[in-house]
Amino acid sequence: MIALSDYLILGGVLFSIAAAGIFLNRKNVIILLMCVELMLLAVNMNFVAFSHFLQDTAGQVFVFFILTVAAAEAAIGLAILVVVFRNRQTISVDDLDTLKG
Amino acid sequence: MGFEKFLFYCFAAITVVAAGMVVTRRNPVHAVLWLVLAFFSSAALWMLMEAEFLAIVLVLVYVGAVMVLFLFVVMMLDVDVATVKAQFIKHLPVGGTIALVMLVEIFMVVGPANFGLDIFPKPEAAAATVNNTADLGMVLYTVYVYPFEIAAVILLVAIVAAIRLTLRHSKTTKRQDPSKQVRIKKGPDRIRLVSMPAEPVPVPVPPVVKAKAENAE
Repeated sequence: MIALSDYLILGGVLFSIAAAGIFLNRKNVIILLMCVELMLLAVNMNFVAFSHFLQDTAGQVFVFFILTVAAAEAAIGLAILVVVFRNRQTISVDDLDTLKG
Repeated sequence: MGFEKFLFYCFAAITVVAAGMVVTRRNPVHAVLWLVLAFFSSAALWMLMEAEFLAIVLVLVYVGAVMVLFLFVVMMLDVDVATVKAQFIKHLPVGGTIALVMLVEIFMVVGPANFGLDIFPKPEAAAATVNNTADLGMVLYTVYVYPFEIAAVILLVAIVAAIRLTLRHSKTTKRQDPSKQVRIKKGPDRIRLVSMPAEPVPVPVPPVVKAKAENAE
């Protein structure tokens, strides 16, 4: 039978891959945004797994809200990306250093 | 090995491979398509966990809306794929190391020792009459009604922000400017009287006179 830990480890693997992706893709903000989506997916996986094994719908409601916020985040993030590309003609993280960070 | 376990490992493997492809593809269009595959197989896993409504929402909202939005933006921006290649190898050691350490830490916390079957036994399979969507709706509109309304406001703010950020006023379109309209003062801004010289109007011939003239002929 599938244990809760199997689902949690799958979530952990997805999260680690996404975290590695943020390091690897410094040239493309779009893929960075996709890595963030992947991280949210991993977190949602944990919520759904706990909701299933504890027989409580609260976890699924939480996933619902996370999906809402993630959709809003993607829309605003991509809008910012379009504006940045319009002004700078690049979406590389290394070139966006006006703030001297 | 039961059929359920086979399905779990199948979909989990597809999800992990697709996630790996997302972060390693240089072409962002391919990355988006692999991400779509990852979402699809995760939806199948959620279905395995009896979260049917969320599985469908994941496909409809994520694959149907968010990923299409990503595809639009990827194809709209002309990204130079060649320069992306050079930086990739440079960051591989540090990224891989951090991911590996993170994975080991997560495994130590959520491994079978803490969350195994003996501690969290497999729950009874839900009966065929259980309606996941109805259950979720009952909770969402009673206990979580205020968070639900806040979520609606967040979506509204996202719409306004996205439109405001990307709206561009082109010179050729004619539109009203409310701030200019409000700033109008009484007097010459509102109405302007132009004095024009009166033009001579030709005097119309009355019809009676006209008829008489025709009779005379």
